[in-house]
Amino acid sequence: MQRLRIRYAKRGRLRFSSHRDFQRALERALRRAAVPMAYSAGFSPHPKVSYANAAPTGTASEAEYVEIGVAERCDPERLRAALDASLPPGLDVVEVVEAGPGSLAERLEASHWSVRLPSLTLAEAERAVGLLLAAEAVTVERVMKDGKRLLDARAPLLAARVDADPEDGCAILDMVVRHVTPAVRPDDVVTALRVVADLVPAAPGPWIWAATRLAQGPLQPDGTVGDPLDPDRAAVGATAPGPV
Amino acid sequence: MPVESVFSRLELLLPQVQKPIQYVGGELNATVKDWDSAAVRWALMYPDAYEVGLPNQGVMILYEVLNEQVDVLAERTYAVWPDLEKLMREYDVPQFTVDAHRPIKAFDVLGVSFSTELGYTNLLTALDLGGIPLHAAGRTDDDPIVIAGGHAAFNPEPIADFVDAAILGDGEQAVLQVTAVIRQWKADGSPGGRDELLMRLAKTGGVYVPRFYDVDYLPDGRIQRVVPNRPGVPWRVSKHTVMDLDEWPYPKQPLVPLAETVHERMSVEIFRGCTRGCRFCQAGMITRPVRERSITGIGEMVKAGLEASGYEEVGLLSLSSADHSEIGEIAKGLADRYEGTQTSLSLPSTRVDAFNVTLAKELSRNGRRSGLTFAPEGGSERIRKVINKMVTEDDLIRTVSTAYANGWRQVKLYFMCGLPTETDEDVVQIATLASRVIEAGRAASGKGDIRCTVSIGGFVPKPHTPFQWASQLDHEATDARLHKLKDAIRADRKYGKAIGLRYHDGKPGIVEGLLSRGDRRVGAVIRKVWEGGGRFDGWSEHFSFERWMDAASDVGVDVDWYTTRERDQHEVLPWDHLDSGLDKEWLWEDWQESIASSDDGAEVEDCRWTPCYDCGVCPGMDTSIQIGPTGRTLLPLSPAASPVRA
Ligand code: SF4
Repeated sequence: MQRLRIRYAKRGRLRFSSHRDFQRALERALRRAAVPMAYSAGFSPHPKVSYANAAPTGTASEAEYVEIGVAERCDPERLRAALDASLPPGLDVVEVVEAGPGSLAERLEASHWSVRLPSLTLAEAERAVGLLLAAEAVTVERVMKDGKRLLDARAPLLAARVDADPEDGCAILDMVVRHVTPAVRPDDVVTALRVVADLVPAAPGPWIWAATRLAQGPLQPDGTVGDPLDPDRAAVGATAPGPV
Repeated sequence: MPVESVFSRLELLLPQVQKPIQYVGGELNATVKDWDSAAVRWALMYPDAYEVGLPNQGVMILYEVLNEQVDVLAERTYAVWPDLEKLMREYDVPQFTVDAHRPIKAFDVLGVSFSTELGYTNLLTALDLGGIPLHAAGRTDDDPIVIAGGHAAFNPEPIADFVDAAILGDGEQAVLQVTAVIRQWKADGSPGGRDELLMRLAKTGGVYVPRFYDVDYLPDGRIQRVVPNRPGVPWRVSKHTVMDLDEWPYPKQPLVPLAETVHERMSVEIFRGCTRGCRFCQAGMITRPVRERSITGIGEMVKAGLEASGYEEVGLLSLSSADHSEIGEIAKGLADRYEGTQTSLSLPSTRVDAFNVTLAKELSRNGRRSGLTFAPEGGSERIRKVINKMVTEDDLIRTVSTAYANGWRQVKLYFMCGLPTETDEDVVQIATLASRVIEAGRAASGKGDIRCTVSIGGFVPKPHTPFQWASQLDHEATDARLHKLKDAIRADRKYGKAIGLRYHDGKPGIVEGLLSRGDRRVGAVIRKVWEGGGRFDGWSEHFSFERWMDAASDVGVDVDWYTTRERDQHEVLPWDHLDSGLDKEWLWEDWQESIASSDDGAEVEDCRWTPCYDCGVCPGMDTSIQIGPTGRTLLPLSPAASPVRA
């Protein structure tokens, strides 16, 4: 059995798909693309697919990962193109590499997020991020299936700064968050900003924010997030694709 | 002028609602066309939640048929859940289509498919959110023409105030005819506004425009007559019937959603219509005659649909799928073709005979075994004669024994409660029948742990059936009867534990009954319920019986008069001017036969296999039975090599 690692993006309105939605879409796309999947043994065989750390419903991502097992050797680039064509636009397959040794899931140590905050002015956003970084811990509440849960949104936050969107001047929070259990998500950090800075939205209307995961992978010594497929490419002597 | 998408405003609300994916569109095989290059634009609505509406075959077929026309655009819209409705009102976002997120008010037509009457309040929500006046009379040339279709449109009188028109029967050709009329009227410069457009539609004889008919009432409340109120409007409006299903192989490109829906499979309709003559069954009566898709046509649709969708399961749909003249060959041919693949096939059929088990076994060669449901419908032989469901107790025992002997551990049995002439005894007998099922099942399988589930629904008399005159059982009596059945099953020490019972209380059935056989005066109740917050009435967590009863008494509508009252032969029924092809005299005679059945009423046989018994449909609608056998077979498919292999 050949194992292949897939990086895909969740873009635009498809960011509203849940992880379960993606699973169904992927399994159908694999069939439509006639990928010769390997199946688990047993009474009701499942195609061999393992998912790793999916972005929450409502957030976009440029760096989602999934690993599949195929019964016949496949050409990674041809598989990438066929799978991409079989998935709806907005679920886009960025890269497919043959798996090298080691677990993919274990390499996913942290995420690099970009969060647009149109409800805040640049100054408000900067003040709030300053207060958040200065705090020891900031507890936020999240409603989960089994009731409310309290989380510390400060501890896993490794870096955060505010930039202005060069086009429209909108405040953008750029941050690196360590993966912990339970996960701290971008909305938890946004809630933490509101808590520490006592914020109300500038304009009447819903609180607006839009998060995109730019990368997830191993934490580098310089505090940035690395590419988790580097070791796989190294194992087969491939090179990383250019910017997408 | 292009119409703005509302998505940029909608997406700000979506992080705050449940399952936002259902509102974003982008399904596989969905179509977004250029607004300006379309001459006629349809918004198609299924008035229930996306998870129910997306898989609806009717909407999916019309969506594809319309979009195949070069100058026609069709988009879909579904009922939004109350959490989003609230936000849409707060932030002024109109009812939108999921394809290009255009406001429904911008379209030429809003076509709404009603499988059940319980979607009526959701229509009002959509109109209101869409900025379209609720009452058809208040609409202007800026509003779409609102057309109702689907089975409930065979009596659209309760929603006559809210729709501009209704279309009866098969939609494929009907929507193209309506499109042609609108295209011409627009090309003429839209003369005479919507009034003339509706008049042009009415004149075709295939589109019912309620406002062109006056209803007069007798002092006692019954209808005196329904008459056209202007020249040129036909006295009766006919249903549409598509002949030659092989010419209409839709959906060719099934819509595949990202969101989870109630049917995670593709469906192929293997025939339309049913002439078994079950007297309670509106679907069987209004879809006559039987028209089969050929075995080869079915094979092609399955193949093309699987390739286009990536689905893993195919359902072979119809009102009674085991009745297709070549079903044995179809099941074998498809099972052969897909043997060893991950594709599974299912045949939703509830026919009580061993052949059905053989078919299910054939189709499950691939390993996955679907559940088996049999529908004797009535608990006693006597009541089964009344409804013309000629299944004997021995037939049932033989059938379930075959199922258990072939490895099924559980079967489901479907019954109805509240049928005409029914007594407690007819229903309580279901318990005895279920005990015999378990007894026979244990013997046939040699296992002690087999089970059966009895599922029982309340009977609602429907228009265009022999039971359209019948009294509906009130909900207290229904509940009492169901409790007696429950007690009888529980009292059975030997087998009771192996029998499951599933039932609903009788209240929703009364509301369904009011809406099914209601007339125009019932519209005020619907409106009142909606104003009081009524939404999603088909969902028990949203349905409120009290809200319906309070609304009815507020507007002076006597619910019993519409539901539990038996009608006499000469009463003008609210749907008499809507022609399903069934001869009213034939229906009446069948109703009389039915009541006499306990003694000596005759069985009505199936006209597919016995001579025509003149129900009126074929000559009236200029149609005829289309069945095989064709004698053709399904050839094996040559497996294609995977294009992604190294
Ligand atoms: S007219 Fe005759 S053949 Fe046609 S559906 Fe009725 S009974 Fe059957």
